[in-house]
Amino acid sequence: MSELPLKDPLPADEIADGEPRPGKVRSPVGWSTVMLAALVAVSAVLVYRRDGIDGVTAILSHDLSLFGGILPRVLAGCLLGALIAEILPHDKVSKSFGPDSGLKGLLIGTAFGAILPGGPFTAYPVASALLAVGADFGATIAMVVSWTLIGYGRAVAWELPIMGTEFTLWRIVISLPLPLIAGFLGRVVYTRLHRDRPR
Amino acid sequence: MSAALLIDVILWASVAALGFMAWQRRRPVLVTSLREGTMDFIHIVPRIALGVIGSGYIAAIIPAELIIGALGPSSGWLGVATAVVAGAATPGGPVIGFSIGAVALKAGGGSPQVLAYVVAWALFAFQRLVLWEIPFMPAKFVWFRAAVSLPLPFIAAAIAMAIGKP
Repeated sequence: MSELPLKDPLPADEIADGEPRPGKVRSPVGWSTVMLAALVAVSAVLVYRRDGIDGVTAILSHDLSLFGGILPRVLAGCLLGALIAEILPHDKVSKSFGPDSGLKGLLIGTAFGAILPGGPFTAYPVASALLAVGADFGATIAMVVSWTLIGYGRAVAWELPIMGTEFTLWRIVISLPLPLIAGFLGRVVYTRLHRDRPR
Repeated sequence: MSAALLIDVILWASVAALGFMAWQRRRPVLVTSLREGTMDFIHIVPRIALGVIGSGYIAAIIPAELIIGALGPSSGWLGVATAVVAGAATPGGPVIGFSIGAVALKAGGGSPQVLAYVVAWALFAFQRLVLWEIPFMPAKFVWFRAAVSLPLPFIAAAIAMAIGKP
């Protein structure tokens, strides 16, 4: 299958910082997954002892429906990430989002994160794709933090109904400078850590 | 629910638009992207299943009263620090942190403390980092991002205290 002449891989030297093409190489099960699976199992047993089998099935059916609802968005996010990695012009990305993009790069990252549609399964593959095509840690951090704190997706779907309008709006207003701070901090620390390494 | 539908429409429209751009460039580019995206999806689904289905059980047994009690308005910066730790320890997922935060507000929690809790939970809930972020992004980036995000809940709480909102 994979030997078809359709393959059009990224040139190896354009993959940022020697990282593997994100989302491809990672093994599906690591120590952390096992640890959390154990934590989940223990929690489920505790729920069973407290609430009986009804408690266990109630949570299971609720979470299964949540899972079913999320799946199409996960697929969309993965496709979006793969498409962005293929078609974004790498030179332009490294110019707008690269280590030398300055405050403008952080601002673009913040704006991009704020308008990006969808849940974590859109934001994370897209962030990964940006890293792969030449964005630096600073701008990508600004994007992820902005998506997390300013993005409307989670705020509209979950926070507004649960936390109320006033809290949510003030939370967003107060969060406005945070992506820039995180991105700036990320860029400065990353540059310090990798100063000796040739770019 | 219509907001969620709107987001879905925007999301799939973006996929379609980028797909069209890829197709215009060269058909194999589209085929490669779709295949890689689908393979990523297949690899990621088991971890997401554990993350989504598992977080319900963890949420059911965490001592929410304890968290809520620690976030009182007179708890000051110690309360903010507690909120940050509690936020990191609360399972990911879209709802749990907001639910506990909402109960904490109703139970008389201080706004800056609850704000710090929600921001910390949104930024670096440990379970979300491990199960939801690391499958998608380079692990080094995930830990680095979490580390530089550590001051943010404190900054948010400081701003909230300064302006007296929310």
